[in-house]
Amino acid sequence: MSILKRFWPALLGIITLLGLWQLLVIVTGVPDYILPAPLTVVQAFAAHQQLLWHHAGITVIEIVAGLLIGFMSGLGTALALARFHGLRRTLLPILLISQAVPLFALAPILMLWLGYGMTAKIVMATLIIYFPVASTCYDGLRQTPQGWLDLAQTLGANRRRQLLHIQLPAALPSLASGMRMAASAAPIGAVIGEWVGSSQGLGYLMLNANARMQVDLMFAALLILITFGVALYFTTDAVMRRLMPWHDDRTGTTN
Amino acid sequence: MTSLGFSLSQARLAFSGQWLFDGLAADFTPGSWTGLLGRSGSGKSSLLRMIAALPIPDTHDLTLTTTDKRPLAGRLAWMAQQDQLLPWRKVIDNVLLGPALRGRPTAAQHQRAQDLLGDVGLGDKAEQWPKTLSGGERQRVALARTLFEDAPVVLMDEPFSAVDAITRLELHELAARLLAGRTVLLVTHDPLEALRLSDRILILSGQPASLSDFDVPGGQRPRALEAPDVQRMQSQLVNRLHAPHGNIGEGVV
Repeated sequence: MSILKRFWPALLGIITLLGLWQLLVIVTGVPDYILPAPLTVVQAFAAHQQLLWHHAGITVIEIVAGLLIGFMSGLGTALALARFHGLRRTLLPILLISQAVPLFALAPILMLWLGYGMTAKIVMATLIIYFPVASTCYDGLRQTPQGWLDLAQTLGANRRRQLLHIQLPAALPSLASGMRMAASAAPIGAVIGEWVGSSQGLGYLMLNANARMQVDLMFAALLILITFGVALYFTTDAVMRRLMPWHDDRTGTTN
Repeated sequence: MTSLGFSLSQARLAFSGQWLFDGLAADFTPGSWTGLLGRSGSGKSSLLRMIAALPIPDTHDLTLTTTDKRPLAGRLAWMAQQDQLLPWRKVIDNVLLGPALRGRPTAAQHQRAQDLLGDVGLGDKAEQWPKTLSGGERQRVALARTLFEDAPVVLMDEPFSAVDAITRLELHELAARLLAGRTVLLVTHDPLEALRLSDRILILSGQPASLSDFDVPGGQRPRALEAPDVQRMQSQLVNRLHAPHGNIGEGVV
């Protein structure tokens, strides 16, 4: 009940937009293969359910795998950078430069190297979230209040324990914002990969449907992607909140 | 815990190319409480950090000897201006921070932390998050954490300055009782705090700064607020700190 109360303004907005869309299609009489009405999309969704879920499954695996690998390697990089001062001068510039490489341009090369299977897409999703996670986590690790480090030092903590017991928990709030960012970026990576070259996945299905003028099917696939993106964001957010019951979060998801 | 004294000599600290102080020396006898006062920027907090071997950006040097000739490292406890409670650890886990950082706390240590929380009057708040506590309560948890270390030397950098005046007076009583027998060096801005709690008051002043003694009232610590000595000396101490080179009033007391 309270959930309904909290979300009804957003829900109302969405319903209004959908209504306007339906109205626009009816009034202008634009053909289905240019812009299908929302109801047509729902019909297409129902008609192609099996096909849609099959491809959605592939894309979901790519996204989740990319998210996990990107998160682990981003976190690992941040910890290594914070722990070993020497590494900073070597690794940090390389990281920054690598971020200037447009991932879209990289996609065809990844296909060439890794083939049309899932691996190339997982690598794309990994690459797209690796940097936000690494940089937000490293920033968080660097910004530990000096007072906590002083205390840890006088309590006899070595550098490794200071990193794991003081700096890492202190960096969790910034890591959480990095993860939320990553959760919304990971699907992009996977779909780009599928567009460039694949035989499965929602990106492939959309491209194919577009070529065949099945715009309603394309929209149905898009609907799944949106739903999944939103679900992923909220799940990540919930996990991060569970990890930090002590944290007063002022960047909540509902405001 | 056997009490431990220490002395420092040849202490010097540079700030933007100038010696803030050079060749400072002081003795801290076992079990004594010393109040260290000085204006802002006199370098008193830096001196405390130097004794604790904490990082300082400026050039500094210090010779430290203890009464048993063994190093001080590992035998001192640090209490800062803020309570420095870690928000992600429950109150009792903050008290257990030392053992957690050095290894894994034992059941006996857990029990001891609980007892210490009882001593500071927070036995029923052990499982709460620090954010639910008031400023005074948080500082009491910090005191319990300091006590847990059972260190013979306690260095405090304005530990009670972040709480209101009444809470501060209560914390004085508590700290004086629970930290009895330890060698305490207390950096403070508050003349009253120094007069209530110190066996000896040192003032860091001048350019380059030097340490000078200021007589303390008689009687046991913590001295009563209303004691005539405490009141009279408070204004003298304020005047002394106010003076450009900290020399006015010297020998008058």
